[in-house]
Amino acid sequence: MPRQDDEPLVRRAAKSHNLTEAQYAQIVRILKRRPTLTEVGMFGVLWSEHCSYASSKIYLKTFPTKGKRILVAAGKENAGLVDIGDGLGVAFKVESHNHPSAVEPHAGAATGVGGIIRDIFTMGARPIALFDSLRFGPLNGHQRTRFLFEGVVKGIADYGNAVGVPTVGGEIYFDETYRENPLVNVMCIGVVPHKAVAKGAARGIGNPVIYVGSSTGRDGLGGASFASRELTEESEADRPAVQLGDPFAEKCLIEATLEALATGDVVGIQDMGAAGLTCSTCETASRGRCGMEIDVAKVPRRESGMTPYEVMLSESQERMLLIAKKGKEAAITRLFARWGLHAVTIGRVTGGDRMRVFDGSELVADLPVAALTHGAPVYRRPVKRPADVARRQRLPLRAIPLPRDYSQTLLQLLGSPTIADKAAVYEQYDHMVQTNTAVLPGRSDAAVLRVKGTDSLLAATTDANGTYCLLDPYEGGKLAVAEAARNLACVGAEPLAVTDCLNFGSPQDPGVMWQLRECVRGIAEACRAFETPVTGGNVSLYNESPSGAVDPTPVIGMIGLLQRPPVTMEFKDEGDAIILLGETREELGGSEYLKLIHGRKQGRPPRVDLAGERRLQRLLAAAARDGLLKSAHDCAEGGLAVALAECCLAERDRMLGASLEAEALASGRRLRLDALLFGESAGRVVISCEPRRADAAAALAERFNVPARLIGRVGGGRLVLGDWIDAGVAEMSLAWRGAFKL
Amino acid sequence: MKFGVVVFPGSNCDQDCVQVLRDVLGQEVVPLWHQDSSLRGCECVVLPGGFSYGDYLRTGAIAKLSPVMKSVAAFAKDGGLVIGICNGFQILLEAGLLPGAMLRNTSLRFICRYVNLRVERTDTPFTNRFQAGQVVRMPIAHNEGNYIVDAAGLKRITAQGQALFRYCDADGQVTNTANPNGSLEAIAGLCNEAGNVLGMMPHPERASEPALGSADGRGVFESLLSAVAYR
Repeated sequence: MPRQDDEPLVRRAAKSHNLTEAQYAQIVRILKRRPTLTEVGMFGVLWSEHCSYASSKIYLKTFPTKGKRILVAAGKENAGLVDIGDGLGVAFKVESHNHPSAVEPHAGAATGVGGIIRDIFTMGARPIALFDSLRFGPLNGHQRTRFLFEGVVKGIADYGNAVGVPTVGGEIYFDETYRENPLVNVMCIGVVPHKAVAKGAARGIGNPVIYVGSSTGRDGLGGASFASRELTEESEADRPAVQLGDPFAEKCLIEATLEALATGDVVGIQDMGAAGLTCSTCETASRGRCGMEIDVAKVPRRESGMTPYEVMLSESQERMLLIAKKGKEAAITRLFARWGLHAVTIGRVTGGDRMRVFDGSELVADLPVAALTHGAPVYRRPVKRPADVARRQRLPLRAIPLPRDYSQTLLQLLGSPTIADKAAVYEQYDHMVQTNTAVLPGRSDAAVLRVKGTDSLLAATTDANGTYCLLDPYEGGKLAVAEAARNLACVGAEPLAVTDCLNFGSPQDPGVMWQLRECVRGIAEACRAFETPVTGGNVSLYNESPSGAVDPTPVIGMIGLLQRPPVTMEFKDEGDAIILLGETREELGGSEYLKLIHGRKQGRPPRVDLAGERRLQRLLAAAARDGLLKSAHDCAEGGLAVALAECCLAERDRMLGASLEAEALASGRRLRLDALLFGESAGRVVISCEPRRADAAAALAERFNVPARLIGRVGGGRLVLGDWIDAGVAEMSLAWRGAFKL
Repeated sequence: MKFGVVVFPGSNCDQDCVQVLRDVLGQEVVPLWHQDSSLRGCECVVLPGGFSYGDYLRTGAIAKLSPVMKSVAAFAKDGGLVIGICNGFQILLEAGLLPGAMLRNTSLRFICRYVNLRVERTDTPFTNRFQAGQVVRMPIAHNEGNYIVDAAGLKRITAQGQALFRYCDADGQVTNTANPNGSLEAIAGLCNEAGNVLGMMPHPERASEPALGSADGRGVFESLLSAVAYR
């Protein structure tokens, strides 16, 4: 039995980990004695919301997780794994680093990148792409917002560029709701041969447990617990809970780890992310249904005088835990030393079910593994529809004046940071290293990467719209999945699978739990309709600041596959026919137009017809296969007018105008003009094709039962929409490309 | 032809170079580990892009001290062909195999995008497959590509015609707006006086297949093949 620590000290530690009195009593019941300081710390981090998904677990279980391409289902390993043929699998996952980025944007974002990359190569997969889904307050508001925005972007650049994984996609939104609590979600994608998939389980009694990578310091102490409470005025004091990243160490760790896995000497592997050594040891033991003993005195340190509690809870970056075959310790140490990295045997796999931590000869923790992992609390928190939802959903359209000058409104929308060209950001990211980037950023609705050695291309995207989810979380959840799938379909890809990052406020607020439940219900329903199972992801709660919770923001990461050259968004040739697929309805609720021009975050978000979206996806795949598509771009924020403008502008060196006919646009329906031009009805895509093939495209659309209408022609130097909009391409480009003065 | 691609810890374009030389151009390629001094009988050494040793202290400053660089310096002195791309260029400057130094980009930001380059000379082992004055497209991706050299150095570079690539616009004009990083005289690629060592900031290996948007960079490697064939 470990020596007892001073009880008030242990109690204080329990409190600092947000453990409740009831939970503390439960720990005492489990152990049949008082916990030690180290033990209470281990319980604290593993039972934290961040690690245990205590409040969201019951909802996450409702996601569809099975599918014919799923090789590793959600929750089984560090990331899901999807079959892409040719004996290859894709591991992918999105994770948040919101709290660290709110107090220390550069380090917070950088380590967010590092952490998600480790989740991927832990699977044995070579990381091939990064995506960032970012949300900030308005740039023209507080000084601090610009500090956060520039810090996050630089953090991503400094880490991602050095580590040699291209940042190929993502999204950036600006809204007051994220001012004090920005969202920084990062997705990583990796490729692994089926035969080389690594497991996160400790197996084989007596096998060595090996610590590899950088040394351990006090940085990131208790980061998981920090991420599991609201941000407050005092959060600055939590700065030590933010980790510091070293992309050089990570690059070496990727290479050394993949080399080590290839030797066949590694039985199990787990990265040290949140809750560091505690999580990696307990989770591998739990998956392997075995016990484990480690000696923290053997852990390489970068600071002297660290206690076992600190070593077990440190979230120092660029570290992994390996379980190797007995007798291979020296070979593994040599391999990592070649890359300048530590590899130290710190313990072994044992029979039974205990996690035992020693400090030299002294036992400091002795816990049943299952109680730490599977035994973590699961809450069924109170759920209540907030009273203000109905009020927000009411949109008195008659009170909203029509724009006097639609061209001016279009230019305003194009110049708003949420819609504007993001080149100033993505040009700071190396988006070409590894030479797989088949379409440059900003040129298509989804990123497209070739998979070397195959004829396949991988498409991927991240999507979310917090405003939609605020106004109707169920519809918002569906819309996020629908837009992601539509983006993939626009490049000609078949959607395969989903990862999600659920960014919400405090689970102790029944209104937030209602948002969470409804969003998950919408996401699950859409994923079932599209046959795109959820392979894993992350939940980030307590995204709150003194001014309240952030708008519910479930970020959907989706991957797809295609076998032919990708379709890009820009108009290609003068005279090409422009066809609008899908139906425009009088839907202004939740639109960027309403927010930007009229200062209203109101109404119901656009309706989404999942069966119609599925038909649209299949139509686009067929049209791409038949070579009908010269360009394709979906209508999202800013509606049809912005989508058309982006088709005109996307290729900087060869911008083309377009003329659209009023009758064709309106199609006999009487819509408010602003809804027609700037409304965000879902399920719409602008395509262009050779004029002589316009009839074939229309016929194909009819076969898939998707509304299609020839609306105009590519050509000239202006975008002309009926009598309402007439804007020069150069003028639009100036507005769209000039929004970020970095 | 046998190429050796040096691998420093932190190199991240080494495999991209290997893939182009081996799979696109069908040449023999061997990795050269930074701690080994043998160049394994290579006819051309490639110093790839990346962040060697994390680029801590100063880009390329630690890489130049590695055992492999001693051999590369001797190889270069004997007339061996050496090409340094991006971080490789920075290392060649630090190692004194090329004159001058790199400052941070004038924007103080990392820049990743396609640029236009004007080929200044075609009588070199690196450019003989191009036309003089030809405008080619290749991507850049760096923090420190703002080339600088003292007045005497510049005079010598100019006199010897050592600038092989300059940043330019689509029409081949060297202008301030076409210069992405503030580089002196818009120098994007520079060879030594003997003409057997080239450093360039743009990445020819990223522009060697039409599927990636440009195959202009392949000309650099094909020039090397021609140069060796006619030696």
